[in-house]
Amino acid sequence: MRDAREDVKRPIGLRLWLSGGWLTLLVLAAVFAPLIAPKDPLMQDLFLGRMPPFWMDGTEPGYLLGTDSLGRDVLSRILYGARLALIVALVAGTLTCIIGATLGLMAGYYRGWTDRVISRFVDIWMAFPPVLFAILLIAVLGPGLMSIIIAIVVIDWTRFARVIRAEAMSQGAMDYVASAQVAGRTRFGTMLTEILPNVLPTIVALLTLEMGIAVIVEAILSFVNLSISTDSPTWGGMIAEGRTSVHQAWWVLVFPLITLFLTVLSFSQLGEGLKDRFDPVLR
Amino acid sequence: MKSYLSVRNLNVRLKSGPVILRSVSLDVAAGQVHGLVGESGAGKSMIGKAVLGTLPRALEISSGEIWLDGTNLLTLSPAERRRRIGVTAALIPQDPLTALNPSKRIGPQITRRLVDILGWTKADAEARARELLDEVHIPNPDRVMRSYPHELSGGMRQRILIASAFAAEPKLIIADEPTTALDVTVQKQILRLINEMQTRHGTALLFVTHDLGVVSKVCDTLSVLYAGKVIEDARMHRFFMRPIHPYSRALLAATPTYTDPTGSLTPVPDAVIATVEEEVRLHDMRAGT
Repeated sequence: MRDAREDVKRPIGLRLWLSGGWLTLLVLAAVFAPLIAPKDPLMQDLFLGRMPPFWMDGTEPGYLLGTDSLGRDVLSRILYGARLALIVALVAGTLTCIIGATLGLMAGYYRGWTDRVISRFVDIWMAFPPVLFAILLIAVLGPGLMSIIIAIVVIDWTRFARVIRAEAMSQGAMDYVASAQVAGRTRFGTMLTEILPNVLPTIVALLTLEMGIAVIVEAILSFVNLSISTDSPTWGGMIAEGRTSVHQAWWVLVFPLITLFLTVLSFSQLGEGLKDRFDPVLR
Repeated sequence: MKSYLSVRNLNVRLKSGPVILRSVSLDVAAGQVHGLVGESGAGKSMIGKAVLGTLPRALEISSGEIWLDGTNLLTLSPAERRRRIGVTAALIPQDPLTALNPSKRIGPQITRRLVDILGWTKADAEARARELLDEVHIPNPDRVMRSYPHELSGGMRQRILIASAFAAEPKLIIADEPTTALDVTVQKQILRLINEMQTRHGTALLFVTHDLGVVSKVCDTLSVLYAGKVIEDARMHRFFMRPIHPYSRALLAATPTYTDPTGSLTPVPDAVIATVEEEVRLHDMRAGT
């Protein structure tokens, strides 16, 4: 009745630890940025421009990761940049998930005209080039945090709709769904109690992936100067500024880039790890 | 004998045109087991699905009546129909591997119907579920109720599905090839179990299968189906002694015997197939489709 898998203690995945650890660190950094940042991220000091990071020659004490061409502390700017990145990741990711997953679930389970309407809509939507679409949207809405979030939701809800639709369709064909209906469940009730719990692992994996994508999109928008106002530090903005002086001061470009890379990687790895934990068969 | 389920002239077809069931009529008397046999694709399962209201969306009932306990289901509103079916009928599905929700524990899946439809308290329903699991010879019911489906074997899951079909004491159970997905040794136990439960609870059972051997063991009456048309309707004993229709005779002759392992298998002769095909064609002409 109980099989051998029961006796094997599943180690808590290294993947989950590493990605979770990095993201926790980032959240702490974002929340406590004013306390832990060594300098004011906006303070310029033209005499201290392009100072290298701490292990190189000719550093200035107190600037661990060096300074940019205007003499601003790179570390402090990365810490403050985490705030915007995480807000965008959480809010935009969640909204995208709610909208996309709801529509996908309905299309995949109800099928028929509901599916036809939603799917055609998704097809048309996906035919727009996403980055151009985002830039256009922000040009219309005007730059700002809300605009970035709206742009990400508007571009990316289709990803959820597509994947969740397929998943709901394959679950809907299972016998246990028919059994639930024979047992007198309404169609809507069946969707919530039978289908939803079984597509949840996929939703979770997609959600974290989407958070990573949101961070990237925000960085891209900052890179082309369409994010929030230029005086709050963003990773994308830092990368854009660092690009121009990469030969004289590579650290201005590289440190925010590494942070961005690790963050996006952690989001997707966290998703995969959580998916395994949520799946009753793999659990 | 009063029939509990009575299907009258049921026609089912694909919305795109092709006919699936051709004026099917059959009766299942209260407390009796009615077999439904036929080749794959003959429409056996579709009859069960039509009765339970779980036909695939591409199919529709074009005409006919389905009387369940004196009510024509097809005249009810969908909600009323669902409720009526939920109270009076249940399904033992074909594939135990996909018939339980993988993300829920066994206990709630058995008690669901009792709580939802009959309005039992959770404690009562759980006590009843424990009793039922005991009835289907599952050792350690408490532990099984806390398990997830993937932790149990196929035979075990089929026992659970049988228990949950009988849970609300339905008057009719439709068993849709309940042993097809299981291996032969388990098949025999499951058949015996279904028989035992049916006798104890006095439930009417519509037993869908392609296996005449199985039919001979469990059924009181049977219908032979070919291309969605009932070819022969008979009491069990009479059918095996004197099958009337040539197709039925050929089908019986085609059943392999274990007493003569050297004998080759007999296919259904082409001439017989031609006869039934002709009957189906004539039926369609008369029906004007």
